[in-house]
Amino acid sequence: MSLLLGAFIIGLILALVALGVFISFRVYHFPDMTAEGSITLGAAVAAALLVTGHSPMYATMAAAVAGAVAGLITGVLHTRFKINALLSGIIVMTALYSVNLHVMGKSNVPLMTVTTFADQAAGIAAHFGPEKVLLFGREASVRDLTLLGLSLGLVALVGVLLYAFFRTHLGLAMRATGDNDQMVRALGSSDGVLLTGGLALSNALVAMAGALLAQYQGFADAQMGIGMLVWGLASVIIGEALVGTNRFGYLLAGAVFGSILFRLLVAVALRWGLDPNDLKLITAVFVFAALVLPGSFAKLRRRISAPVSGGSRA
Amino acid sequence: MLEINGIRKTFHAGTANEVRSLQGVNLQIAPGSFVVVIGTNGSGKSTLLNAVAGTFLVDEGSINIGGEEVTQWAEHRRAQHIGRVFQNPFSGTAPTLSVAENLALASRRGQTRGLGFALAGANRDRMVGAIQGLGMGLETRLDNAIGSLSGGQRQALTLLMATWLKPKLLLLDEHPAALDPRSADQVVRITDRIIARDSLTAMMVTHSMQQAVTYGDRLVMMHRGQIIHDVSGAEKRRLRVEDLLARFEEVRRADLLDTSAADLLRARYI
Repeated sequence: MSLLLGAFIIGLILALVALGVFISFRVYHFPDMTAEGSITLGAAVAAALLVTGHSPMYATMAAAVAGAVAGLITGVLHTRFKINALLSGIIVMTALYSVNLHVMGKSNVPLMTVTTFADQAAGIAAHFGPEKVLLFGREASVRDLTLLGLSLGLVALVGVLLYAFFRTHLGLAMRATGDNDQMVRALGSSDGVLLTGGLALSNALVAMAGALLAQYQGFADAQMGIGMLVWGLASVIIGEALVGTNRFGYLLAGAVFGSILFRLLVAVALRWGLDPNDLKLITAVFVFAALVLPGSFAKLRRRISAPVSGGSRA
Repeated sequence: MLEINGIRKTFHAGTANEVRSLQGVNLQIAPGSFVVVIGTNGSGKSTLLNAVAGTFLVDEGSINIGGEEVTQWAEHRRAQHIGRVFQNPFSGTAPTLSVAENLALASRRGQTRGLGFALAGANRDRMVGAIQGLGMGLETRLDNAIGSLSGGQRQALTLLMATWLKPKLLLLDEHPAALDPRSADQVVRITDRIIARDSLTAMMVTHSMQQAVTYGDRLVMMHRGQIIHDVSGAEKRRLRVEDLLARFEEVRRADLLDTSAADLLRARYI
């Protein structure tokens, strides 16, 4: 049960990564490698602040701001200096690796001795009385359930805020930028500024996920960002398959569901004896298949249903 | 309303691909005038429109819209004065957004876009009314993604968006050219109606001689980056397709003369 709850909680935290990747990759069609650096940046900033005695809330918010700055820099590299989208992200990601080491002071910062949001959740849980309750006939720790509730509330809040934001004049212009930048310019808005703002928003979410993840697992690590972009993309793709529509609100919700489902699948696979070292390989193959297979199936279907040409002559 | 003074633009200057697109264009357009721009391929007519819209900055000369010098303004800044419809029906609308959302974007052309809800309140009635005015039966499809509509429908909506806030200048770059004949005809008629109704100042680039003689109160013909004919008033009204074809033939002969003269000189001196 605790394994399941853990998977749910991590899935919810990483849903923020999925939402960030959804914004950069699906709204803007911008493969933003910055995410790999900004999730670690979020963890590093939060860890550094927690260690010096700041509150978890403050540390998490500061992490989000740091992520926004990282996204901003990528946006400026791409729009002002005309550097290729992929390369802008890689440049910032590479730079962030050193920045993160400086922020943390070493490559791994344990957070076992400081108060994190997970500890605060445990504090709340203590008010409920029992340490364990029965859930579906199994024992579940109240601390984990409280954490789950808090993460769920947070992700739901972020999701609703994002949904509302993308229906405002500004948010709509951002979506239009990914759709048709020529039109956005013709309607009097700078597509460069709108893209940069979107990348800042995306990376703020990713860094926030990094801050929460570090607090949940009890440490921040310089390597924790590796593979996160593909991870987020896998969640987004699963989410799209789950909701099966192109309506914007559904796609946002889908990214969250996709992240949770993907994490659950991974937890189950690990339980069944999957070598954790193979995890990133399998994720990569999965994303490849998800990107390519729908097209191949359509081609195959056309070939099967197409009339056989020249058959009568034989 | 529009004042163009001696603008020049050379693309890929100093390379083998150098193209002198605009070679000293002067043009004054009075408020409320509807100017048709024609010319051979590569004559610079679309480039002229893009120069005014700010797609690129000109090398020399100045551009003035409604008394404001905009020569150094970026494309998106000029859009506060300019409405545009492009040749490609996909260029003017955002396909994954709904019809209403596209119109909402257009309702803020050149203004700040804040955190107010884009589809809030009274705007919707005006949207339905304006779309009914197109006569395409789109008023029931306000919440459909624009990508699901036909090219003609998208072009008509682009026109509506470009003129939603009255622009000081409307730029039409062969906007019916990519449509089937029936839709093209419909879009041109809607264009003419909107321009007349709002007494807009407009420039329309076209390949169709028929459109060039039927619409507008002034006709400008371009060749090799310069304006070579400028017809307005009674003379424009009398203009027939044959007259235009004769003008094009003249231009072609002059070009032939140029090349044959060049060959003659080359044969003699090289």
